[in-house]
Amino acid sequence: MSIIDRLKPEFWDYTDVAAGPHEHLFDFRRMWKLAAFLTAAVAVIPLILLSALNYHVTQSSIESERLSRTARLVSNTRRTIFYFFEERRSALDFIVKENSFESLNRLGSLEQILKNLKNSFGGFTDLGLIDPLGRQRSYVGPFKLGGKDYSDQNWYREVLKNGVYISDVFLGFRNAPHIVIAVARSHPNGLSYVLRATLDIKKLDDLLSDVEVAGRGDAFIINRHGILQTPSLYHGKVLEKLSLPVPDYALKTQVVEGNDPNGVPLFIGYTYINDTPFILMVVKDKKALMKSWYKTRMKLIAFLGISITLILIVVVGMATYLVNKSYMADQKRIMTLHQVEYTNKMASIGRLAAGVAHEVNNPLAVINEKAGLIQDLVTLKHQFGGDPRLLELVGTILSSVKRAGTITKRLLSFSRNMEISVEPVNIKDLIDEVLSFLTKEAEYRSIRVSLIASEDVPPIESDRGKLQEIFLNLINNAFAAMSDGGNLDIEIKNGEEDKVLVTVADDGCGIAEPDLKRIFEPFFSTKAKKGGTGLGLSLTQNFVREIGGTMTVASKVGKGTNFTITLPLKMETKEGGTNEGVVNRR
Amino acid sequence: MKVLLIDDEGELISTLAERLSLRGIDADWVTNGEEALKKVEDQCYDLAVVDVRMPKMSGLALKRLMAEKCPRLKFIFMTGHGSEDDYKEGTAQAGAAYYLLKPLNIELLIEKINEVIKEQGDKP
Repeated sequence: MSIIDRLKPEFWDYTDVAAGPHEHLFDFRRMWKLAAFLTAAVAVIPLILLSALNYHVTQSSIESERLSRTARLVSNTRRTIFYFFEERRSALDFIVKENSFESLNRLGSLEQILKNLKNSFGGFTDLGLIDPLGRQRSYVGPFKLGGKDYSDQNWYREVLKNGVYISDVFLGFRNAPHIVIAVARSHPNGLSYVLRATLDIKKLDDLLSDVEVAGRGDAFIINRHGILQTPSLYHGKVLEKLSLPVPDYALKTQVVEGNDPNGVPLFIGYTYINDTPFILMVVKDKKALMKSWYKTRMKLIAFLGISITLILIVVVGMATYLVNKSYMADQKRIMTLHQVEYTNKMASIGRLAAGVAHEVNNPLAVINEKAGLIQDLVTLKHQFGGDPRLLELVGTILSSVKRAGTITKRLLSFSRNMEISVEPVNIKDLIDEVLSFLTKEAEYRSIRVSLIASEDVPPIESDRGKLQEIFLNLINNAFAAMSDGGNLDIEIKNGEEDKVLVTVADDGCGIAEPDLKRIFEPFFSTKAKKGGTGLGLSLTQNFVREIGGTMTVASKVGKGTNFTITLPLKMETKEGGTNEGVVNRR
Repeated sequence: MKVLLIDDEGELISTLAERLSLRGIDADWVTNGEEALKKVEDQCYDLAVVDVRMPKMSGLALKRLMAEKCPRLKFIFMTGHGSEDDYKEGTAQAGAAYYLLKPLNIELLIEKINEVIKEQGDKP
């Protein structure tokens, strides 16, 4: 037997064949499904919906909190970077406005200014003064750039036009990444001269390194073509192309979600730094950032899973328990109904039998007397010449009347035993009486019947009528199972503890293993097509229980069937009784 | 020795009376209770053989009425409704000497009649 079969409740495969058009009312499997499904749905669906809503709200709020924190960081850093450039530009602007071209061009003047700038701000590498013709007139720094002509260069034209110029990071002659800041001053004669300074990006890089970025984050600067202006921890070296797309221009700080080329989800915060060609970017790994939430999320999902499993177990258990109760009650109801029906039927048969017996008895009595008179006339009055042939015929009539009288008496005895009464019963005599109804059939079909009773089996206190029905049913069943020439062995012996064992064994067709466990179910019949009601054994078992006994069955297909009935020596009678409506004979 | 036989089945009771006569027992017969009572008024019998079930008046009721009229009357009941068990019970309950089952065994009836006569003869 598989585990599923073992777990399957009794009602699962049950079909009430007698339910007719109301079959759905007794479809316990459907009832179970409905109960289990509805209860589970009512319990689980709100739980899932609430959990999903809670999940969604929590995740959104955590995400939005992470986004706003990123935005704040970007905004603060932008201010720092903006002031970095603004300070240096203002310083240069101040110098160029405070000093005339001539004083700046004086020997040693620029050198002193560069020294002061390095001390005050840091990051300045060199300083050059460019005359209105675009030639570098004076230069202090590590390279020999004095006299260099910048007049045809773009940046020079731009500084003349806008008054200030901040370059992208580039390597230049120095072969080290740097930025150029240049400011222009209009000369009273209409010509402008330019002060040009080079900034080392190390200072800028240090500023960004100091920014604490959570969640495997990274802060760096790119230009508007997506070239890294400061080194990035995870997205490339300085002057390399950034692996992420250049974000669209926006006036204010923005934070967007995106993916790196490997598909890793990212939070990308960025801002365009005013008056510079730079874009500040703060990139964070979304997974690292949301790690704590993911942990909580796993716990929530596990909790939900366990809750749902528990609910389902309880629902299935409860549904099974309740439907099983209902099923048992229904079985009891069916059994009671059939018992009432059977009792009524047997009572009707009893009344009919008694009526027939009485009706037959009267003419029998007349025949008996008339034949007796003929016999008397021949023997006592010596009429009809004492004809021996006549005497023989009369004798035959009288013996036939006697036989018929025995049958009517037996019928009367049978019908009287329909009613409940506990009395001493000799089991052997009772079975003998039952067998007498079947003697003719046994003779015709050459069935050998043996009844063996141990000498020491005492009479039992029990209900004669029920016992008659039990054995009549069992012996009838055995006759139906046997083919002509079969053997029926009935054995009566003492069992354990005040019990009597009766074994009814036939060598008939036997019962198949799957049917064996169902033969006591009402309406289970293998002879349905031959007119069996499927009630015989179920009622028989009930009768056995009613008189306090038990019944077991063993069978092998082709070998025969063996019913064993254990009966108590003294039947316990119920107080008040359940047999209302049955009038006791005495 | 005078015996009165009462049974609603005339064919049966007349034949039985004839058979008893053949055996030297003087038997009258009637087919209902009223006739039986009249007979008892006319003369007192020694023994009445009564069918328990009869229309109009049952054997038991008849027994009571007849016993009033003729206190020394003894009774044997017979019935077609009985079984072996009833045979034992009925006798005591009805206050009858004997209780016989139909179809009757004539030898048994004679035996019982003789027993009743013997009992009566023993009485002072």
